[in-house]
Amino acid sequence: MNTIAGYNFAYLDEQTKRMIRRALLKAVAIPGYQVPFGSREMPLPYGWGTGGIQITASILGRDDVLKVIDQGSDDTTNAVNIRRFFARTAGIATTEKTEDATIIQTRHRIPEKPLSEQQIMVYQVPLPEPLARLEPREAVTRKLHALADYGLMHVKLYEDIARYGHIASTYDYPVLVNGRYLMAPSPIPKFDNPKLHMNPALQLFGAGREKRVYAIPPYTKVESLDFEDHPFSVQRWEDPCALCGAEDSFLDEVVLDDAGGRMFVCSDSDYCTTRQAAGHTGSQSPVAKEAA
Amino acid sequence: MNPLLRVNGLSKRYGERIGCADVGFDLYPGEVLAVVGESGSGKSTLLQLLSTRLPADAGSIHYQITGRGLVDMAHLSEAERRWLLRTDWGFVEQNPRDGLRMNVSAGANVGERLMATGARHYGQIRATASDWLARVELDPARLDELPAGFSGGMQQRLQIARNLVTRPRLVFMDEPTAGLDVSVQARLLDLMRELVTDLGLAAVIVTHDLAVARLLAHRLLVMRQGRVVETGLTDQVLDDPQHPYTQLLVSSVLQV
Repeated sequence: MNTIAGYNFAYLDEQTKRMIRRALLKAVAIPGYQVPFGSREMPLPYGWGTGGIQITASILGRDDVLKVIDQGSDDTTNAVNIRRFFARTAGIATTEKTEDATIIQTRHRIPEKPLSEQQIMVYQVPLPEPLARLEPREAVTRKLHALADYGLMHVKLYEDIARYGHIASTYDYPVLVNGRYLMAPSPIPKFDNPKLHMNPALQLFGAGREKRVYAIPPYTKVESLDFEDHPFSVQRWEDPCALCGAEDSFLDEVVLDDAGGRMFVCSDSDYCTTRQAAGHTGSQSPVAKEAA
Repeated sequence: MNPLLRVNGLSKRYGERIGCADVGFDLYPGEVLAVVGESGSGKSTLLQLLSTRLPADAGSIHYQITGRGLVDMAHLSEAERRWLLRTDWGFVEQNPRDGLRMNVSAGANVGERLMATGARHYGQIRATASDWLARVELDPARLDELPAGFSGGMQQRLQIARNLVTRPRLVFMDEPTAGLDVSVQARLLDLMRELVTDLGLAAVIVTHDLAVARLLAHRLLVMRQGRVVETGLTDQVLDDPQHPYTQLLVSSVLQV
């Protein structure tokens, strides 16, 4: 695809990209530490992934293949727009296949297929500070990070168990990176938290409005916080995916009619279609329906 | 016996005005020291200085850290100081709303120090919290209620439990009974006296109420305009005040 005239490669000017890359290098050197950076105004509103886009723009090379997912899906508005944005401003190849991508920008999910050392995950982060809801003063949260004083986070988890009988956070579940920094893993479901741990891919996090980047280098220890007698656990579903029969993926609930009909399907659209193409079926597959 | 806390020449100025000037004393383990004086005499400033919440302009504070002897607080790193503040020390605020986390349950309030010092077993934290509620005469059944639903006296007792849960050796209290009605005050004083004796706590209590000082304190420090004007055993100072200001203070107490 031809790039739009008048813009630098990947939209941002080279000086800005260097600034962001410097911040990223620092972030990689101190896993989980939030590095401030000069966030630029992007041609889409805050909350739509400006942090992720700036990271992607600054690390993108001409040979990179980009995949963008939103809620696990390649074909939602946000994903389509960001993919097209980079196809136009950088003229790079895009894909929907997890294994073909070198850079995967994501909102809310980590792909089901295991990542490799050749890949970089870029997360769009709305709120980089995991303690923000407990302690609104940033001067204080910074001090808490500096002194690794994270008892406050456990007060929140305690309160959850006291109130609901279990830890009620299901997304943006706090993690401790490399045994040192408390980190908000962006609004991924806690189902994906175990994938952060010892992941071969480089994982970069960008918050555009809050002007922070942070990172998990490849093969880094990432631990989800919990109590000894209330250990961390991920969501489970009673039914497998209604389209591909997968039992190991994160499922979305889809309402079918106004009479209580619903089905659960994989939120990772690439994973689901790949499995369907390989002949896997579920209860709502066209094949299964014909047989019934 | 070695002092737990040794204070020398502590001074603080707010511009031209004196916050407190040249205050010094030794506090021994298990001893309760009351700081009395009129409003604006520098009592609270002194307490803020002692608890290292406010940096002093001059003077030193030494504290006996277990296994390390008397240590100059100014030489401790911030991390060490904070650790001390939430394990070995306690601070009871005048207004319980300042000392409590109002948006989490009573249990979480008491458990916070435990979790901050590494407790990671929910059941045990809860059991300890429940135990401490009972010790400060709160109904353990109210463990999961928010402090906002508690009365003023109950909130104050909850704040005390929250501070004592790590078994501190030194507690600072800023007017702990102010704003409570007399019968609640009496019960709270009773409870505090019991806890102080049971746990062998050393305490510095700031109060304008001489009755509180008489009941709780072994020694008294009378302050006026930022300076200590008289010091001595509580009964001695209250029964035979030497300084004109102390005499005024003692004679101003209303008799029923």
